[in-house]
Amino acid sequence: MARLNVNPTRMELNNIKNKLNTARKGHKLLKDKRDELMRQFIELVRENKEVRRKVEEGIAAANEHMAVARSVMTDEALNVALMLPMQEMSLEITEKNIMSVLIPVFETKFKTADENDIYSYGYAFTSSDLDDAVKALSDNMTLMLRLAEIEKSCQLMAAEIEKTRRRVNALEHVLIPQYEETIKYIRMKLEENERATTIRLMKVKDMMLEEAHHYSERY
Amino acid sequence: MYKIAAMGDKDSIYGFASIGLEIFPIDEPIKAIHKIRDMVEGGYAVIFITEQLATAIESELDRYRSLPQPAIIPIPGIHGNTGLGMRNVSKSVEQAVGSDILSDA
Repeated sequence: MARLNVNPTRMELNNIKNKLNTARKGHKLLKDKRDELMRQFIELVRENKEVRRKVEEGIAAANEHMAVARSVMTDEALNVALMLPMQEMSLEITEKNIMSVLIPVFETKFKTADENDIYSYGYAFTSSDLDDAVKALSDNMTLMLRLAEIEKSCQLMAAEIEKTRRRVNALEHVLIPQYEETIKYIRMKLEENERATTIRLMKVKDMMLEEAHHYSERY
Repeated sequence: MYKIAAMGDKDSIYGFASIGLEIFPIDEPIKAIHKIRDMVEGGYAVIFITEQLATAIESELDRYRSLPQPAIIPIPGIHGNTGLGMRNVSKSVEQAVGSDILSDA
């Protein structure tokens, strides 16, 4: 593992020790965040699949009615019937914060007071199958919006989880080992220096004693 | 105030007009891409798009995955279910977990 390119001094040692502490704390927090995000995400994905299955069934049913309506009515009559919609739907979006991921929460607004005001045509010239198709779609709409909400949330959370996972891995496998390695290196260097100093002192002491007492001449 | 739209071949999305969605009958992928780009600026929060059309412009749709808006949701059209919607969910799982651990297969 690569160590950082630093001077082996006590100051650097302290700095890196502090950095290592911070990295460890960050790693722990991020790991917790990742785990919690993952838990919520799995729950959400399960719901997502369930809702999507229902929506797809609902749309298929509505399409069946639509197909029948199309076959019994002329294209012009159908176009005229659906040309001017009465209802208009819009959304208010608020945001919910899950582990710092902002997920959307939709609130539906209708233009007319009665949200069941969905038939934009008189009943005289249209097939009842068209009514069924429109009704089926309308019934399905709440679920479809719920699907939109959940699916978007899942996508946003997936992106966040990916990011968090990368960060956790980077800390765990790169940054922390790097700091540990560097600390070890500085420690060894410092100890080496210390030993070198001791030896030098002993040597100097020998030389000074030799000069004062001339031991080697005496024996 | 955000708008909801449905996009795809005319036959698949016509019904949505009556319940108050804005519909954009588009068949060509290029036009769909341009339209979606316009719509992102135009305050659309949810865009339902037929799976058929979505398959053709999948890479473009991926760009909007990580944005808070719009939510682009593939729905089956009259030509039936291509499974793209479920695949998209699996894609999210794969992105988050690393492999699709929740697939039914």
